[in-house]
Amino acid sequence: MNQVQNFSKGFIKENPILVMVLGACPALATTSSMINGLGMGLATTFVLLGSNTVVSLMKNLIPDKVRIPAFIVVIATFVTIVDLVMNAYVPSLYESLGIFIPLIVVNCIVLGRAEAFASKNTVWSSVVDGAGMGLGFTAALGVLGAIREILGSGAIGGFKFISGDGILVFILAPGAFIALGYMIAIVKKINKA
Amino acid sequence: MAKIQSSLKNMVLSLTLISVGASAALGFVYEMTKGPIELTALNKKLDAIKQVVPEFTNNPNDDMFMLPTGEGDSLEVYPARSGEEVVGYAVRSYTNNGFSGYISFMVGFLPDGTIYNISVLEHKETPGLGTKMVPEGTPEKPEFKDQFKGKHPADFPLKVRKDGGPVDAITAATISSRAFCEGVQRAYNTFEKGGMK
Repeated sequence: MNQVQNFSKGFIKENPILVMVLGACPALATTSSMINGLGMGLATTFVLLGSNTVVSLMKNLIPDKVRIPAFIVVIATFVTIVDLVMNAYVPSLYESLGIFIPLIVVNCIVLGRAEAFASKNTVWSSVVDGAGMGLGFTAALGVLGAIREILGSGAIGGFKFISGDGILVFILAPGAFIALGYMIAIVKKINKA
Repeated sequence: MAKIQSSLKNMVLSLTLISVGASAALGFVYEMTKGPIELTALNKKLDAIKQVVPEFTNNPNDDMFMLPTGEGDSLEVYPARSGEEVVGYAVRSYTNNGFSGYISFMVGFLPDGTIYNISVLEHKETPGLGTKMVPEGTPEKPEFKDQFKGKHPADFPLKVRKDGGPVDAITAATISSRAFCEGVQRAYNTFEKGGMK
């Protein structure tokens, strides 16, 4: 597999949320607006890039029997870094994402890529894989957030284009499930074609 | 380089190394972000205070004191002064009876006890319903909390219409509106009992 394919597989073919349905918890909970979705996606991308790089650099130094605790320590370190940096420099985004920033530690996408890809491949491939998967996740969250924001509050990126309220259900959790369901169906159709 | 064996020595060594590396990285980032994080928290508090009391010249955060609520805890009170004269007090109040639990407020009083303005600091209310307690209205299009401005709790009972009071509750969010009133009432009770009035 060349690096271009390695990068682009994260967007449609092996999209972590739309095809593998990993990391659905933050995807449903934080996408009440496009900005929140993108912020969550980028935070996850940073953690993925960091953990994929470190894990693949150290893959020969980590004995098999303790690889999961070792991966988790590496991932938790990057998540705490993201948590502190976001708290310091983008406080309003940090507040709206709330508990879901520390919860990136238990996001299956991050551990999944460390275990399934970074621990078996070269550093460069792992960086490309992390970037592709992370940005694919970010794109999916951005689109999901945009759909929910347009339908739910009649706004996009914080700018209202209709006066009055939108369809309330799309701001709440059920709307996230409905919109995500349609997105998964569309991606499935594309992948089959 | 070949992969190292899963012997006890190797496992202990590798986990120790990773943990030491991780703590070093975290210590460094913590030191770097400590200042900005404290500054953000302080600015957020000062912004809320600025919103709820008339213009002041002192730093209310330095003059903060605690007043007991009479329910076993205390509220933070931030006096706002313009020169020597006290122009208002911001009281950090709370309620646990929101639709989704805890809500905290900054309630601003003039020295005579009249409500100047109220700001919601933290809440988890339903988007589109309970969240309507947050925005600031304009004279043409008043929002929920505007009805409290300039009212004195002594002759404006903090109760929604359903409970026989004068407060117009947010449509479909009576519980949030009730909780809002309770939080403001707690601030006022504390303020009054503290002999500030």
